[in-house]
Amino acid sequence: MKINLKVWRQKNNNTPGKLVEYQLDNISPDMSFLEMFDVLNGELTKKGEEIVAFDHDCREGICGSCSMYINGRAHGPQTGATTCQLHMRSFNDGDTIVVEPWRARAFPVIKDLIVDRSAFDRVIQAGGYVSVNTGSARDANEILIPRTVADEAMDAAACIGCGACVAACKNASAMLFVSAKVSQLAILPQGKAESQQRAERMVAQMDAEGFGACSFTGACSVECPKSISLDHIARMNREYLGAKLTSDNVQG
Amino acid sequence: MKLDSKIPEGPLAEKWARHKFGLKLVNPANKRKYDIIVVGTGLAGASAAASLAELGYNVKALTFHDSARRAHSIAAQGGINAAKNYQNDGDSVFRLFYDTIKGGDYRAREGNVYRLAEVSVNIIDQCVAQGVPFAREYGGLLANRSFGGAQVSRTFYARGQTGQQLLLGAYSALSRQVTTGKVKMLTRTELLDIVVEGGKARGIVTRNLITGKIESHSAHAVLLCTGGYGNVFYLSTNAMNSNVTAAWRAHKHGALFANPCFTQIHPTCIPVKGDYQSKLTLMSESLRNDGRVWVPKTKEDAEKIRKGQLKPTDLKEEDRDYFLERRYPSFGNLVPRDVASRNAKYVCDEGRGVSKTGLAVYLDFADAIKRDGRKTIEAKYGNLFEMYEKIVDDNPYETPMMIYPAVHYTMGGLWVDYNLMTSIPGLYALGEANFSDHGANRLGASALMQGLADGYFVIPYTVGDYLATIGPADKLPVDAPAFKEAEQRVTSQIQRLLSIKGTKPVDEFHRQLGLIMWDYCGMSRNAEGLKKAKKMIQDLKAEFWSNVRIMGENEEMNQSLEGAGRVADFIELGELMVDDALNREESCGGHFREEHQTEDGEALRDDANFAYVAAWEYQGENQPETLHKEILEFENVKLTQRSYK
Amino acid sequence: MAWVTQTLSSSLGRKVIMSLTGLFLSTFLIVHMAGNLQLFKADGGRAFNEYTYFMTHNPLIITVSYLLYTSILVHALMALVLTRHNSASRPVKYAYSKPEANSPWASRNMGILGTVLLVFIIIHMRTFWYEMHFGSVPMAEYDGKQYKDLYAVVKVAFAEWWYVLLYVLSMVAVGYHLAHGFQSGFQSLGVRHPKYTPIIETVGRYFFAFIIPAAFAAMPIYVFLQVHGIL
Repeated sequence: MKINLKVWRQKNNNTPGKLVEYQLDNISPDMSFLEMFDVLNGELTKKGEEIVAFDHDCREGICGSCSMYINGRAHGPQTGATTCQLHMRSFNDGDTIVVEPWRARAFPVIKDLIVDRSAFDRVIQAGGYVSVNTGSARDANEILIPRTVADEAMDAAACIGCGACVAACKNASAMLFVSAKVSQLAILPQGKAESQQRAERMVAQMDAEGFGACSFTGACSVECPKSISLDHIARMNREYLGAKLTSDNVQG
Repeated sequence: MKLDSKIPEGPLAEKWARHKFGLKLVNPANKRKYDIIVVGTGLAGASAAASLAELGYNVKALTFHDSARRAHSIAAQGGINAAKNYQNDGDSVFRLFYDTIKGGDYRAREGNVYRLAEVSVNIIDQCVAQGVPFAREYGGLLANRSFGGAQVSRTFYARGQTGQQLLLGAYSALSRQVTTGKVKMLTRTELLDIVVEGGKARGIVTRNLITGKIESHSAHAVLLCTGGYGNVFYLSTNAMNSNVTAAWRAHKHGALFANPCFTQIHPTCIPVKGDYQSKLTLMSESLRNDGRVWVPKTKEDAEKIRKGQLKPTDLKEEDRDYFLERRYPSFGNLVPRDVASRNAKYVCDEGRGVSKTGLAVYLDFADAIKRDGRKTIEAKYGNLFEMYEKIVDDNPYETPMMIYPAVHYTMGGLWVDYNLMTSIPGLYALGEANFSDHGANRLGASALMQGLADGYFVIPYTVGDYLATIGPADKLPVDAPAFKEAEQRVTSQIQRLLSIKGTKPVDEFHRQLGLIMWDYCGMSRNAEGLKKAKKMIQDLKAEFWSNVRIMGENEEMNQSLEGAGRVADFIELGELMVDDALNREESCGGHFREEHQTEDGEALRDDANFAYVAAWEYQGENQPETLHKEILEFENVKLTQRSYK
Repeated sequence: MAWVTQTLSSSLGRKVIMSLTGLFLSTFLIVHMAGNLQLFKADGGRAFNEYTYFMTHNPLIITVSYLLYTSILVHALMALVLTRHNSASRPVKYAYSKPEANSPWASRNMGILGTVLLVFIIIHMRTFWYEMHFGSVPMAEYDGKQYKDLYAVVKVAFAEWWYVLLYVLSMVAVGYHLAHGFQSGFQSLGVRHPKYTPIIETVGRYFFAFIIPAAFAAMPIYVFLQVHGIL
């Protein structure tokens, strides 16, 4: 296959970037999208040019590192998959493919296609946990959790933190990411004790990071590699409102 | 050097309890006077960092990823073992211990393995308390499944994403400690050297992967939780960035490297398709419960299939060779990982492999679908079939799946004593980075167990003993000469790499190394091949240091520079693996020496001469390493030859 | 009261304000439409004018009407605040984006639809509400009682084809706005349930996005046809 690439190149956060065109002639349809980038980088090195920097690691759709906006869509044309799970057979010979980094104020570009997603970590640090020290847990079977509840919690917990939801949202909103964690821990009995505080703090941190507001377009859920449901956003809204109306925190 | 494993005296079941009581304690008010560096934030690292911070120590945790949540522990699918005996099927701590030691082909320490089995039950409690959504029964109790190498159901799981959920649990505990200020988290930061002074680990030198800045970090103790070295084979199920650098640089400062040749090859991976391939994808071992493994009986048919002239579904039953069922009638397709892998290799070596490359065998579900119906198979393996179809573009419901073995896990690693301390005082190794618990072969669902056991339940006790011994004042400032020298070493290596300006990209060297390792130090090894490999690796090393091409500079994000440092270390490790494989004149677990097999081609252990841990000591650039033997003593199990016929 | 201001200035709080005002405006549409159905009565506008009288003299309705004006203003202003914030959340736009692959058009264009509706509301209120309150409306007498003859104003306005067209197009915008807005309002309040959400969606899609705007659009068309003697 022949592929024309238009790739976002940007030296660092302080330098403006631009789309640069590359041509690749010997692309196998069985290659993964990232292997196609390996080929490009091999050729660039041989030509004495700097390679295209991009985040990637597990290459099996679970670590959440890869983050490319391909032909106008987060993780490319496939749904329910990450960039590393996309294969060149999804494209046609001679196609032009535009590849950009995630774009959001809260995700500044570090280099080329790599963005800084530490905002997600800070949101989790604000309350995405159960306060239990090592060694103080009681027997795992002591609290019954009905299978349907465990399954729903698992649906939310499947989030890989890739940021496709933010990238795809027209408002660069992080609601799907934040709500997945709020929801998971709100459903499970273990997370109940702190659920009000958690919702308040995580939403406050989400706002402080500069993400947009949710307008419920549903783009996040469609582009989410784990197809996380909008139900969790509704649950977070509920948790947050409930917390604001009933918690004894009068300061905010 | 005398290797002291520090296994406590006393009956097996009391060793850990006695040892814990004997360990010195740091009083609560003094804990804040100690600094601990944790390198890596996978299961072992994140759990250790969180637990130590909870105790009150000042922890600095670092990862080369953009977030602690991305460590490769996240990719573990199947589950985590624990001797809970919730199923009332006869499980016990002793049985888990026994299965693990036997599964490891009697090349692990009894004391360590027993402790692992003992704390396994606490891990499940801890994870559930953190909000890990393990699979449940309708009544609300935890569900279990069975896994290879065990006759009881003791594996806890969260769909096919157990590793992810456990890691996210540990990551959440870590995040909580970041908020309390007890953990300082450094992301996109890579360890490049370890500082040893006065016979103790004093800290580390790192490179900031965004700015290239070289920095020193001082601490009372350093924990390496940096995972395995499977990527020495280039193609493996490991993540692209998994590497041996931290362990290897510790090794160069005197930390012994134990059993480097013990690598696990997983039989059910998606086969390689082309030279461009960057990574192999594992398909859960559970597929072998229903899939039948076969290749064509004749080379001619295999050839036709490879050329696309014949479809596998057209091949008549009598023209197929179900080689596992034929050779191992009692275990059939469910033989252990190493046996299944080796046999797949043999039939492909005979020219009967399928797929364009000839390096694949069929895993056929046609009979299972006929027997149980497509619905049942879909319910069991639907997501795996989907994953397979995404990658291979074949529908496994209609045409048999193709699989081939791939490197998956490394049992070898830094030598540690019962306290998880390496041979450098103050330097610890946890999880896959150490060698301690799996012997020559790891059982399924045991990696997660070991990583978390080390981090949550072992290191919080053992590190205190060392800290209490040295006292809070025994720490170097970061401007001490030892740190400056280490920074200098790191900087000059980077400059040396950047100044080569050769013609070959880093990846090509890595790929070449991988091929050498796979061909001569992979699923089956022989002296002649290993000797040849040693020479090839030495040549590759020479070529690397004269012809590698790295673009850009240090003072920026530079992924080829990162890769170059890692590949340089892999090349050196490769040579040690070959030496270790040559030295071990027996076949055990994942290590199969062709010279040592039974008449019908099964692994032949030599307990009289090789029931020891081979711990290697670095002697300097291009010098042969020195072998130290830690003799393994078995008081509670009887060593038997495995048989699956 | 720090918690009140903090809640209402958070992204979720702002969406709650959008939701509450929006849902209130939606319920108003039902009342407005039901009342305006009087236009279809062939009684020379008597029922319509009596209804208008009631609406402008009942103290409860007058109170609610102030709430309505406030809602429109708050809904529009908050929309402006949110739109600016959302736009600032992505300072560098994508060179190439294909949002139609993952979300309905209306959901992404609530701001444009809302602006169209705001302009429409201003024109609409200038034509009828302003005339009724401050203009010179002819009087009609039923059973010896004087009524402002708003029906006459309606007839004059809807005699113009372009004015009718403006109304019809605006009602299309109402349809799209509510197709997304009605169900989205419940989402912002956290009301989502496998049993009830489908009902909300159906009501939103058929009643609010289709029947109500269609009924509204039928009014100017009906009057136009009548004035021009086609009906």
